[in-house]
Amino acid sequence: MDSDLNRFRKIVRGKIKKELRRFISSGDLVGRQGNKRVTIPLPRIDIPHFSFGNGEKGGVGQGAGEVGDEVGQGQPKPGEGEAGDQAGEHTLEVDVSLEELAAILSEELELPNIEPKGKENIEDKKYKYSGIQRQGPESLRHFKRTYKEALRRSISSGDYDPENPIIIPVKEDRRFRSYRITHEKTANAVILYMMDVSGSMGDEQKEIVRLTAFWLDTWLSTQYKGLERRYIIHDATAREVDSDTFYKTKESGGTLISSAYKLALKMIEDHFNPSEWNIYLFHFSDGDNWSGNDTADCMKIIETNLLPISNLFAYGQVESRYGSGQFLRDLHKHFGEGNEQITTCQIKDRESIMDALKVFLGKGK
Amino acid sequence: MNFNTQLTPELREIALSIGKKAREVGLDYFDTIFELIDYKQLNEIAAYGGFPTRYPHWRFGMDYERLSKSYTYGLSVIYEMVINNDPCYAYLLRANSMVSQKTVIAHVYGHCDFFKNNYWFSKTNRKMLDQMANHGSTIRRFIEDVGHDEVEDFLDVCLSLENLIDIYAPFNQPTKNSQGIKEEEEEVYRPDPVNKLQSKKYMDSYINPKDFIESQTKKQEDQQKKKKNFPEEPQRDVLKFLMENAPLNSWQRRVLGIIRDESYYFAPQGQTKILNEGWATYWHSQMMTELHPLNDSEIVDYCDQHSGVVASAPGQLNPYKLGLELLRHTKRRWDKGQFGLDYVNCEDPKKRAAWDTQAGLGNQKLFEIRRIHNDITFLDAYLDEDFCHEHKLFIYDYDRRNNRYVISDRDFGKVKAQMLNQLTNFGQPIIVVKDGNFKNRNELLLEHKHEGTDLKHEFTVECLRNLFKVWRRPVHIDTTIEEGKRRVSFDGSTHSVEKL
Repeated sequence: MDSDLNRFRKIVRGKIKKELRRFISSGDLVGRQGNKRVTIPLPRIDIPHFSFGNGEKGGVGQGAGEVGDEVGQGQPKPGEGEAGDQAGEHTLEVDVSLEELAAILSEELELPNIEPKGKENIEDKKYKYSGIQRQGPESLRHFKRTYKEALRRSISSGDYDPENPIIIPVKEDRRFRSYRITHEKTANAVILYMMDVSGSMGDEQKEIVRLTAFWLDTWLSTQYKGLERRYIIHDATAREVDSDTFYKTKESGGTLISSAYKLALKMIEDHFNPSEWNIYLFHFSDGDNWSGNDTADCMKIIETNLLPISNLFAYGQVESRYGSGQFLRDLHKHFGEGNEQITTCQIKDRESIMDALKVFLGKGK
Repeated sequence: MNFNTQLTPELREIALSIGKKAREVGLDYFDTIFELIDYKQLNEIAAYGGFPTRYPHWRFGMDYERLSKSYTYGLSVIYEMVINNDPCYAYLLRANSMVSQKTVIAHVYGHCDFFKNNYWFSKTNRKMLDQMANHGSTIRRFIEDVGHDEVEDFLDVCLSLENLIDIYAPFNQPTKNSQGIKEEEEEVYRPDPVNKLQSKKYMDSYINPKDFIESQTKKQEDQQKKKKNFPEEPQRDVLKFLMENAPLNSWQRRVLGIIRDESYYFAPQGQTKILNEGWATYWHSQMMTELHPLNDSEIVDYCDQHSGVVASAPGQLNPYKLGLELLRHTKRRWDKGQFGLDYVNCEDPKKRAAWDTQAGLGNQKLFEIRRIHNDITFLDAYLDEDFCHEHKLFIYDYDRRNNRYVISDRDFGKVKAQMLNQLTNFGQPIIVVKDGNFKNRNELLLEHKHEGTDLKHEFTVECLRNLFKVWRRPVHIDTTIEEGKRRVSFDGSTHSVEKL
């Protein structure tokens, strides 16, 4: 069975890979996230037969009800082949863990593994319940050990009556689980997403950002154990928001990109010590900035403040009908197009999300 | 995993005593070998259709994953699995409670009896376990010889066509053996030489001019072709037709043959789902309540278990329940003598209800049913108006406007017609080979005998693609799509749908 199962999984994997571009751009998967698993609807992996369509077909049922009443969905059809063997009419849903999905993604995009920095500096506390102690909270009481102590006490004190074995633990009998703290070296990472929500960013643009962010998350979470995410939206001013707001807010007004960078810088200084954290900065915008002065400010902040402390500074320019796309050109002018330090990418439409991912993550930083 | 699959001594005792009871009530089964296995093994065996030694294919892996998943989520549990073989093999789930085991063992004997005695199973291979293992090793050998991907691809193709068999073929007296057909076909393609006039060799080209002879030969060929259709009669065993006529090499022909054999082996199980399950359920219920003494604490558990087996979701039809109830209904009728011309012609409902001639033929009738009937003939013969009303059967239809299924009729005649219609060809479309030399260009034309339900179009298209891989010439199927006659074709690169 193992070989058939593996073969099947391989076929599924191949199918996912083949359809990856579609999955990435359709957003089907984003809504299907469970607990670290994604359910992927795969059309027609099953073997096709000449068979009847299952939809809109009448049949025989059983039960009360008047003519015209609704009956339950999914009527079983008597006499249809052997049980369990011919269920193949609906799409197959395969569960894939996010790790596996990321692995498929990286295979397809040929992503290099990330070299985390500063691993030595960062320690993570781990709690391990390994021992027994006499004091502790009731919630950690070890019932069996407590009972044994009480039994031992009552036998030794002669209270124990085999005919009437009642054991009542007193305070001294109680035993509690105790934990030990172990220190583990880990690499932590934070992603700071920044998005321009000025009037020119439409719903479609935000959807593209959302999808891109999902896949960036998927990949980066397999590379770091403790991945944190922070979200910044900005128009003329910037503020930190939760992820929900991040994708849904529709602001309007002008754009001062530097406001976002300044906030990002402040957040890093306050919470994410660059010597302990791997810092990823993603900025999405349609490329319109209010003034040349502000753009100059941006360049300065990027160059002197952000680049030295971050693993990756990525700028994704989402094409919009109203955006001029000027900011990308300015970045290129300032840093040179082939600059190794900043990563830029133009995301024309959903189809090009995959290429954007390749650009963003392809450097292995 | 536990590799010891033997019954525990206690269970062996129980199996023996239930087996004895089963013989006493008249069940006549093959020797039955029980194996006790855990759910993983059971899911595995179920995925292989009951045969752990089957050929390797990813489809079984897929089924296994599906079964495991639905077991994990508690959606379904397989209690047992019985293999039609002599001896019968029955797999019991180790985790079953003792009451479940008893019920399941009784149920298994019902199936084994059915396999052995039902006419529709009479042509199946009773050494299928061995046969399947042989198929498995043959295909493994091909994999080694020609490569995994190639064999797998071809298996995919064959499996896609596996339902194109003639379920009644094993019961037809062969009018011509396959060899005979072949010879005749060869004749068609080898026309008699045109009669030449006697001549000296050097005069030959004058007396028998070359172009005349050629035109005569062609004429004869054309006539021959017109005279004979190929195949003569539309052939329902499409797989056989392909084996005999498609340009396959020997291992491919063998693989196609294996898939066909297995399809024929499994076909009766599809044909007798209601009756077989009804029969086994009838006997487990009989034996557990009347014959095999359960102790007081067990009887409630048994009831719980049994009601689970025959439960049906609101509005739905459960084959176990339908089979069981129709058998019970029929037994009652024959016990009371509610049959024959007098009873049928009696129109007074009171009289009918009170009709009892003390005939006592119920049991005999049940055994007769299990010997000769399949689902269609069983329902056709015994599903009557009383049963239909008593069990509140109805037909439902799809209401396009409101996008839901609604009860459309409770008329007995319509319910029965719909039910029989659904069971025809055990729920598979009827497809025949109409012309193996279509357009006189060696193309293949199939015909779908449309009976009110359209084929699923995407699948039809995919199947034609697969059929092309076997036939290697353009393939067509005539069918009906939304009430219009259509010919769906695949020529090796593109699909087309043509109005007829």
